[in-house]
Amino acid sequence: MQEAMIKRAKELLADGTVNRVIGWKRGEFVYDSTPAVFGTADEIDAEFVFDDFTQANVSKYLVKESKKDGKILAFLKPCDTYSFNQLVKEHRIIRENVYVIGIPGGPKLDIEKIKAKGITGILNVKNVNYTLEIETLYGTEKLPFYEAISGKCADCKSKKHVVYDELIGEDGDVLDSNRFDMVEKLENMTAQERYDFWRGELSKCIRCNACRNVCPACTCENCVFDNPKSGIENKAAADSFEENMFHIIRAFHVAGRCTDCGECSRVCPQHIPLHLLNRKFIKDINSLYGEYQAGADTTSKSPLTDYRADDCEPSIVHERGVE
Amino acid sequence: MQVNENFEPVIVAFCCNWCSYAGADLSGTNRLNYPANVKIIRVPCSCRVNPIFILRAFQRGADGVIICGCHPGDCHYTSGNYFTRRRITLLYSMLDFLGIERNRTRLEWVSAAEGAKFADTMNKFVEDVKKLGKNRRLEDLRCRKQ
Repeated sequence: MQEAMIKRAKELLADGTVNRVIGWKRGEFVYDSTPAVFGTADEIDAEFVFDDFTQANVSKYLVKESKKDGKILAFLKPCDTYSFNQLVKEHRIIRENVYVIGIPGGPKLDIEKIKAKGITGILNVKNVNYTLEIETLYGTEKLPFYEAISGKCADCKSKKHVVYDELIGEDGDVLDSNRFDMVEKLENMTAQERYDFWRGELSKCIRCNACRNVCPACTCENCVFDNPKSGIENKAAADSFEENMFHIIRAFHVAGRCTDCGECSRVCPQHIPLHLLNRKFIKDINSLYGEYQAGADTTSKSPLTDYRADDCEPSIVHERGVE
Repeated sequence: MQVNENFEPVIVAFCCNWCSYAGADLSGTNRLNYPANVKIIRVPCSCRVNPIFILRAFQRGADGVIICGCHPGDCHYTSGNYFTRRRITLLYSMLDFLGIERNRTRLEWVSAAEGAKFADTMNKFVEDVKKLGKNRRLEDLRCRKQ
C-alpha cells in the first residue's frame, strides 16, 4: 500500500496536479508517525510512511493547507473523509484546492496496548497474518493483532469513503457497529455511579488541550478556552468544577458536528475516554432528532442549527425514571 | 439523603425579556407568592443562554438553574426558543450523563400572561431543589461563601 501511495503521489507531483502532499512521516520511533507535508518527490522517498501506526486524521491540517497556493494531495482514510466532508460543509476547507485519494482504513494499532503487555524496548512491529512480530531490544515477542488494535478502530463505524477524487484499494461499507454500548452501560448506572465514574476519569485531566487541538471539529480561530476573560483559560484545573466545565463545553461545542473519529481519546495522554461524551451527544441526537451522521454529506442541516415544531421537551431528561 | 429543613437553595432563573420576564412581573403585580430564593436574570431570548452561563451559575453557588422562555411558536425572534429547546435538552441530558442530579435543571415555557404559572413553576422547582440539598457535584470550592 505504501509503495502504491508513494508512486501515485510522485506522479501527481510530477504532472503538476498538486504541489504538495500531506501524509505521515516517521517520528523518533517506528510507532509514533505524525502527519507531515511533503513538497518534493525526494522528501516523499525519504520520509513518507503508511503502516499500522499512521492513525492521525490529517483533515484538520487541510483547513490551513487548502488556503495556500496550489493544490494539495491528501490521503484520507474512511474516518478522515467524514471529518473532511464536515469541514467542507462548514466552509473551512476549500474543496477545489485539495485532491483527495481515499485509502483503506484500519484497524490500526495502539502502541500503549502493546506496551501494556509488558513489552518494552520496541524496535519494530510487523504484522504477519494477523500476528504481530515485535522486534525488541531483548528479543522477538509475538502478540495477536486484535489484542493491540486502537480503541477508535475497535468501534469503527464505517469503511466507506464519503468523498474522494480517486481510490487506492477498495471502498467499504458503513458498518453496523456497537459503538454506543459503553454509553448505554453508563446510562443504566445510577447518578451516583455515573458521577463517580466521571470524577475518576475527568480528575485525571491535565488540561493539555490536546483533545481540543487535535479535534477536526474544533477549528475556531478564537477558542473560548483561550479567552483570558472566560476564567477557564487556566492550564491546570484548580477545582473539579473546571474539569467538568472544560469537558462539557468541549463536547457541547462539537455536538452535531462531531463525526466520531475518535481522535480526542486517541491523543489523550491521560487515557480519558473523551469519545464517550461525544457519543452521548450523537446517541441523543440520533434518538431525539433522527439519525444523523456528521460529515456523511455536505448539504444536510446539522441538528443543532435546525429544529422542528414538534421536537421533544427537555423534560424528557427528567422523566427517565428514578435516579 | 438527609434533608436539611433549613436549607434555602439559590435558584437562578434565566427569563426571556418578552414572555417570562413579563410573566414574572405579572405574578408580582398580582401579589402571587414565589420564593425569594429565585434570582432572575433577564436575557433577550431564551436562546441567548449559552451552556457556559448555566455551568457558571452552578459554579458561583446556584443549587438549581431554570430557563424560561416564550412558548414554542411564540418566540419574538420567530425561532429562538426552538433552538433553545434542542440545545438545552442535549445539555441537560449531558449533565445527567455526568451524574449531576437531573432535577437541578429545568426548562419551562411561561408567557407574559401566565403570572400564575410562573409562581407555580418556581414554587415547585424550589421544592424539588430543596429535596436535593446543596449542589455539591458542580460547585467550585473557591466560590463558596463562608
